[in-house]
Amino acid sequence: MFSNPDLAKWIFGRLTLDAIPHEPIVIMTFIAVVLGGIAVLGLITYMKWWVPLWRDWVTSVDHKKIGIMYIILAIIMLFRGFADAIMMRIQQAIAFNGNEGYLNSHHYDQIFTAHGVIMIFFVAMPFVTGFMNYVVPLQIGARDVSFPFLNNFSFWMTTAGAIIIMISLFVGEFARTGWLAYPPLSGADYSPGVGVDYYIWGLQVAGVGTTLSGINLIATIVKMRAPGMSFMKMPVFTWTSLCTNILIVATFPILTATLVLLSLDRYVGTNFFTNDLGGNPMMYVNLIWIWGHPEVYILVLPAFGIFSEVVATFSGKRLFGYASMVYATCVIMVLSYLVWLHHFFTMGSGASVNAFFGITTMIISIPTGAKMFNWLFTMYRGRIRYEVPMYWTVGFMVTFVIGGMTGVMLAIPPADFVLHNSLFLIAHFHNVIIGGVLFGLMAGVTYWFPKAFGYKLDPFWGKMSFWFWQIGFFFAFMPLYVLGLMGITRRVSQFEDPSLQIWFIIAACGAGMIAIGIASFVIQLVVSYFKREQLKDVTGDPWNGRTLEWATSSPPPDYNFALTPVVYDHDSWDDMKARGYVRPTEGFRKIHMPKNTGTGAILSGLSVVLAFALIWYIWWLAIVAFVGIIAVSIAHTFNYDRDFYIPVEEVIATEGKRTELLAKQVS
Amino acid sequence: MTMSEINTQTAEKPEFYLTEDHHPENSTNLGFWLYLMSDCLIFAVLFATYAVVGRNYAAGPSPADLFDLKLVAINTAMLLFSSITYGFAMLQMERGAKAETLFWLGITGLFGLAFLGLELYEFYHLIHEGATPQRSAFLSAFFTLVGTHGLHVTFGIIWLITLMVQVSKRGLIPENRRRLMCLSMFWHFLDVVWIGVFSVVYLMGVVG
Repeated sequence: MFSNPDLAKWIFGRLTLDAIPHEPIVIMTFIAVVLGGIAVLGLITYMKWWVPLWRDWVTSVDHKKIGIMYIILAIIMLFRGFADAIMMRIQQAIAFNGNEGYLNSHHYDQIFTAHGVIMIFFVAMPFVTGFMNYVVPLQIGARDVSFPFLNNFSFWMTTAGAIIIMISLFVGEFARTGWLAYPPLSGADYSPGVGVDYYIWGLQVAGVGTTLSGINLIATIVKMRAPGMSFMKMPVFTWTSLCTNILIVATFPILTATLVLLSLDRYVGTNFFTNDLGGNPMMYVNLIWIWGHPEVYILVLPAFGIFSEVVATFSGKRLFGYASMVYATCVIMVLSYLVWLHHFFTMGSGASVNAFFGITTMIISIPTGAKMFNWLFTMYRGRIRYEVPMYWTVGFMVTFVIGGMTGVMLAIPPADFVLHNSLFLIAHFHNVIIGGVLFGLMAGVTYWFPKAFGYKLDPFWGKMSFWFWQIGFFFAFMPLYVLGLMGITRRVSQFEDPSLQIWFIIAACGAGMIAIGIASFVIQLVVSYFKREQLKDVTGDPWNGRTLEWATSSPPPDYNFALTPVVYDHDSWDDMKARGYVRPTEGFRKIHMPKNTGTGAILSGLSVVLAFALIWYIWWLAIVAFVGIIAVSIAHTFNYDRDFYIPVEEVIATEGKRTELLAKQVS
Repeated sequence: MTMSEINTQTAEKPEFYLTEDHHPENSTNLGFWLYLMSDCLIFAVLFATYAVVGRNYAAGPSPADLFDLKLVAINTAMLLFSSITYGFAMLQMERGAKAETLFWLGITGLFGLAFLGLELYEFYHLIHEGATPQRSAFLSAFFTLVGTHGLHVTFGIIWLITLMVQVSKRGLIPENRRRLMCLSMFWHFLDVVWIGVFSVVYLMGVVG
């Protein structure tokens, strides 16, 4: 194209036409994505949605809308991550007896890396953050989070990270290193391509968002609670959110710094993690797991919070052992810092070090066990209503305990020497992440959906989704325990021993069932949308809930609560109902609110450009994008006009409508 | 309504909502402290890295061969002075004296620039001698730790200039006071980190 190769290199860096993958699977996906994208953009244009989309969503600083957008991002990325999963399952089920399967190892290695990265960073994290964003301010009776603009910025940075990872599918390649990119494999010598750079910049950009949203939510929970809500009167989900966000702020900077060191090794030629000139690759493994282990609890603590809310609501009684639940959460938060070395007992730290970390790991099962008993005792003699969130909760209790037990097995250093890096480990962590985090998130979706959209989700398809997930999970991962015990290692794309094949086929069938579970969830969304009149929630309290989010309408008005609630008990809404609370119908005032801004979305777009330029060594573009980011940030600080008042007439009108609806309900 | 009043209300049907506006405490101070602590962790990782690989010279130069403590002492003095002058700026801000505040902010910025200039000179000198970040793990860790601090000071100066423009345009309004307070915490934080760098990297490197 260019006669002068130097000029082309200056303009495009190392980006050439060869960067577009030639594998038929990728090309087909690319075509599908392009067609799908055109269809979506066309629909938006046809429906004239661009302006409302920008005005009401992209620029929104409303924590509820941002929460919903986080969850939409998570669900979209779940499809991508699950597509990777099912491709791996099919490959492993057929790649026997000299059959190479349909994925070459170059492609397969990218898929298992992308699967891990996407599921943790771009499914579980945004899902959890979405719930915390949506629910926490409502549960503490606040108007919004402490820093509404920062919240919008955080969301868009997370999205930017996801976009960077998605670009790698069609331009260049993704890392082939596994989801934590251990050096020296991820160093410049062994991974000279762009894959690891996509990994690094995707996570760095998303990490900015995660850290800032952690700071934001801590400040919100500490400073913005309704009058009367002392710490020990906070709902349990808010408590677990607080602990999770403390963990986020206390660990994500470590990930950021570690990835900076790795990128310096790759870009500048420093020697942090190299094998020569004094570098130390094991330092990377330590650092990344000092972030990585707390990360596991960042994901699971909010899920524990969701289960606590669901169990109390659907058992019709207050949570058993509220205080012990809070203490258990805090103990888990602290202990999660003291166990990281169990991820590499085989590194050779010596018996004493391994024993210390083995014991701390086993100790974590004590507060977790206490939580399990609290949930069980909450159900004991409760008036249990088996609604869909309760299915997920009971399914979690069974599944998660099994995962926890295998975790204790892995915590025994001598046993770990046998099981390390095997499919047993894979089965274990999927057991706790699917059985714990994912089931919790699904329970949360069903539980809070009516709050967010004003109608319940269809229970039949919810139950279908649950049973396919639950049974599919056991079919997909129990065989991996067996294979792991037989010594089969992870991240292998072809096998020699034909006697193993049957286990992989069973696992693939399990993955198929999970696919039906996901499909049922999508159908559930669609069916519920069409049945929304039947499933409508007029009261704002469809489940006879116990915490403040159920005190307002479904969906809540922009300002959440017209008059700030006053709290006397940790199940404050239940307390209000029990003591004859009457909804105020007058005395409203104008409400102070933050203004929307497009700065977050613009900065995120520039971050994608910056990351892309850095990945492909397009230095001029990187400089332009970087200067752009600084300029836009500074320009934003010159805008002092950031708030407005919702006029009292509007509040009266909104509340009046609700009064009418409620009156109709009674008569 | 205060906390204690609420807790004593055990009547059958207490007030369940506020009849006046609810003004939660401003979160900026807490939020900014949290940010600073997260930044502190980044430095913690860099210090830890330096502690692990800081003596891996790979047959290259060691701190005793490279560091000029006199230069570093002057450099440290620049940064410490800048913290004092920032303190003066904050005192003037409390008095509501706009011109004096701007004056001391300007002096702070000049000290900051002097610090950066000396650091860049040191880096240039080291690289010129062949002690590049690529030479050994010790030098990689040194340049990264000191350089990250330097980058923070650079952003601090950009922030400082931005705030000076904003104060001169709009005066010492509450928003600008809050921002000056945040930058003040940031600036002193960088001072504290530098004390760590000075002790761990330079003093212990040359003396220990």
